[in-house]
Amino acid sequence: MRAWLRHHRRAAAAALARLAGQKAAAVLNALVIGIALALPAGAYALLESLRAAAADASFEPQLTVFLRPEAPRAEAEAVRARLEREQRVREVRFVSREQALTELQTVEGIAEIAAALETNPLPDAFVVRLREAAPHEAVEAFAAELRALAAVAHVQADPLWARRLAALVGIARLAIALLAALLAFGLVAITFNTIRLQILTQRAEIEVSKLIGATDAFIRRPFLYLGAMQGLCGGAVALAILWASLSALNPEVAELAATYGSSFRLRFLEPGDATAVAAFSAFLGWLGAYLSVSKHLREIEPS
Amino acid sequence: MISFSGVSKRYPDGHEALANVTFSIEPGEFVFVAGHTGAGKTTLLKLIAAIERPSAGAVIVAGQNVGALKPAAVPYLRRNLGLVFQGQKLLYDRSVFDNVMLPLAFGELTEREAARRARAALEKVGLAARERANPIQLSGGEQQRLAIARAVVNRPAVLLADEPTANLDAAAAGAVLDIFSAFHQVGVTVLVATHDEALIARSGRRVLRLSNGSLAA
Repeated sequence: MRAWLRHHRRAAAAALARLAGQKAAAVLNALVIGIALALPAGAYALLESLRAAAADASFEPQLTVFLRPEAPRAEAEAVRARLEREQRVREVRFVSREQALTELQTVEGIAEIAAALETNPLPDAFVVRLREAAPHEAVEAFAAELRALAAVAHVQADPLWARRLAALVGIARLAIALLAALLAFGLVAITFNTIRLQILTQRAEIEVSKLIGATDAFIRRPFLYLGAMQGLCGGAVALAILWASLSALNPEVAELAATYGSSFRLRFLEPGDATAVAAFSAFLGWLGAYLSVSKHLREIEPS
Repeated sequence: MISFSGVSKRYPDGHEALANVTFSIEPGEFVFVAGHTGAGKTTLLKLIAAIERPSAGAVIVAGQNVGALKPAAVPYLRRNLGLVFQGQKLLYDRSVFDNVMLPLAFGELTEREAARRARAALEKVGLAARERANPIQLSGGEQQRLAIARAVVNRPAVLLADEPTANLDAAAAGAVLDIFSAFHQVGVTVLVATHDEALIARSGRRVLRLSNGSLAA
């Protein structure tokens, strides 16, 4: 085990030395990988910023059941019981008329109007989240059933805009995934070629190593570390580009958002997402190196 | 230790380098493989080190049928062999010391123990004072001694050398032969391929004589 760890430590040190020994090439490679990765990472950051801004808008099928103002509390409880019995319902949240008014008073642009009201015109309501699998027709049928209840004044079912937004978000996610896959392939190809060149420059050493008893795993190891380190550096560059770009864009975005009464900002990736970008980049570097070294090592045999 | 049984080697271009060669070498023997250029000496050594596979027959080294070894097992066979190649195959982008350290890198020794072994090997071949030099700065004889140091640093049971005295003057060749003799005296099986008849005559060792791929009687 100690010997195994020692081999890994030496391989990592050898890879670092190779990176340090070819600073210009290493920096250029990291830049190419970083720029390629910054595109999907930036698109993802934009999408997440929009999602955060629209956090109040649920993309799941949702019903809002407004009660008659004169409906007694017992009838309201009967509506709740009916909702909770329903298989299609994921969650039921009661919003009292007082709570609704308080929430309304916090909405930008409406606060002053809400504060000026002499009486509370808002009804009690249930906000009902349905299971995602519930089809639109079933939601409409359920809404119609609820409308028939005595205590119910109005049922608002799954606003069309929310469904459209959900569909757009889905398309955007797919586009980002496709872009990321395409660029990931590019990153693997870049690393493949870089490692191929490294192997060619170390052909004599590899040949001698094979002659004196080095296993393929031993020979492969420093190249795998090199690929992973190169990918990691590329990931770090991508995050740096993203951070710098968002920092440059945000003052303009803030100014534009303010004209709509919004405090919207483009947000940098969450720590978990940023770590995932770096780790994914390192993995792709490792993968490119693995493919390259596996292919080319077979071609180098002692003569 | 080493045995060939009806071994033939035919290369893809049709050239038959060895034809029905049979012999055996006992542990601790010192044997010369003699013959003119193209007689099959190098091929014979390559078959022992699993650099080439026999076309027919069996090559047995330390109880292992080399021709039947899986590729993954070959490195472990080679770790028990010290190989001194024609042209030395030294790495000229690193020091004398680092060249000798190379076979120890994939062993289980600590760095300190590996360095101690490498220095001991350099000491044995008389290059201890040149450990920081680049191989390119060494003379031909010194480079050959460095190749020997690298071959023996792992304490192999068998030492194979292909034309180790080629391009060396008589004094340097004698020094190289003395080093092989020293290893032989501590129990290492030594197999030297050479066409230097004077060297063979001087040593008085067993000789396997090859001619056009066949063992001469």
